[in-house]
Amino acid sequence: MRRLLVLAVVLCVAPPAWAGSAGDALSPARQVQLEYMLRQDCGSCHGMTFKGGLGSPLLPEDLAGKSADALAEVVLDGIPGTPMPPWRSLLTAPEALWMIGRLREGLNP
Amino acid sequence: MTDPIRTVSRAARWAGALAVSAALLASSAFAGEPRGTNDMGLVVERAVGSVLVVETTGKTVLGRVEGLGDLSHAAAVFSRDGRYGYVFGRDGGLSKVDLLTNTLVKRVMQAGNSIGGSISQDGSLIAVQNYAPGGVKIFDAVTLEQLADIPAEYGAGGARSKVVGLADAPGKRFVWTLYDAGEIWVADLTDPRNPQVRKFKDIGLQPYDGLITPDGRYYIAGLFGEDGLALLDMWNMDKGVQRILGGYGKGQEPLPVFKMPHLRGWGFADGKVFLPAIGRHEILVVDVRTWKEVGRIPVKGQPVFVMPRPDGRQVWVNFALPDYGFMQVIDVPSLSVIRTLEPGPGVLHFEFTPRGEQVWVSVRDHDRVVVYDTATQNEVASIKADKPSGILFTARANKIGL
Repeated sequence: MRRLLVLAVVLCVAPPAWAGSAGDALSPARQVQLEYMLRQDCGSCHGMTFKGGLGSPLLPEDLAGKSADALAEVVLDGIPGTPMPPWRSLLTAPEALWMIGRLREGLNP
Repeated sequence: MTDPIRTVSRAARWAGALAVSAALLASSAFAGEPRGTNDMGLVVERAVGSVLVVETTGKTVLGRVEGLGDLSHAAAVFSRDGRYGYVFGRDGGLSKVDLLTNTLVKRVMQAGNSIGGSISQDGSLIAVQNYAPGGVKIFDAVTLEQLADIPAEYGAGGARSKVVGLADAPGKRFVWTLYDAGEIWVADLTDPRNPQVRKFKDIGLQPYDGLITPDGRYYIAGLFGEDGLALLDMWNMDKGVQRILGGYGKGQEPLPVFKMPHLRGWGFADGKVFLPAIGRHEILVVDVRTWKEVGRIPVKGQPVFVMPRPDGRQVWVNFALPDYGFMQVIDVPSLSVIRTLEPGPGVLHFEFTPRGEQVWVSVRDHDRVVVYDTATQNEVASIKADKPSGILFTARANKIGL
């Protein structure tokens, strides 16, 4: 309940300038930013090699069989009752989907 | 007295050998005069798995030690003589680094997923806290031989919890918190192969980190799942764990937390403790005698590290995404922000020199460590580092709980 209200608050906040606008194809520059964010910022909790940390592992085998839309929803809305925050104020839906796609491909060399 | 002519001819004789080994010697502190290590430290380069050996007197890099694995959440502690750093990698690697020779002395893989560690009061034991498999392992500080394994099992089914908030306590003890179980464990390692563990249950929901006060008396776990903190008085453990600052956020909706705050590195300043609020862009000020809140300081974003300068006159703060390009400086007597700095995106950590005249700040996305004069808050040096995160100075060797 508390988290739902948080979400409502977050949704009212305008995204920052660098968040890009929904619907546009992601520019190569934005893709570089998002990949960097995946490693550096998501990596803070999920591990820079995505083997998990406080957050779950995000390796391709961990995400296999899950719907991309459902995963993107987790990114955008967070998981209430856990430290996974709603990223909607920083990311658009297409951006979240793109990030899920990159994780599924596997980001590690 | 050294004969100057003889010295010159000896130097000439050795010149060839020196040239051959110049590359090795150039990176070694042994090439110069013998030196102490009390102005030295390590800067973690998180993405490339290396650490820089630095010194704060001339503000220079003395060398780099590579091959330390995944350092995405890397911490380090130091031997009591300040010569060795123990670096805890995310991948479960425990590495012992020699700051005088810039070499990796030994490295063991001790778990699958690790988050940090501590060194015992007498310097003889290294404890490592692990997420997977959840628990704490104890190692001999000299050899890195494993002496004990303490799985963080809880409940009836034998599930294992992630371990957070590991700290050393006086008397060859370590204290830590079980994130999934909501428990605080105190282990006595007087006999290192036979740890005596005392467990405190139901301390609160999702304890995300812990710290011990600089006098080693109070252990405090921060709670993510509810408002408040869990306090254990190590001098009166029979009293059990008490809740402090319960419900400090009642009636307010928390904001999203894009990075978990860290409690280690906190400190006393002017009889008060400064803590990051969770889901609020505020610093909580708590009186250490009563453990009651005595003030709140509005700040720019979600605080991550809230650390007093060693003299306690200022408190410096960094922030979670999206405000992680900034730092703020709080004046302790007036409890107000006196300066907002913008070192650049990805300010992940900072460390004061032992007496606090400088603060070193990692600016991840600029691949730099920026050094500020804390009195003027002006930049005085900038050092190149690859995606720097943790900055840890050897003075930590002499402090309880760091």
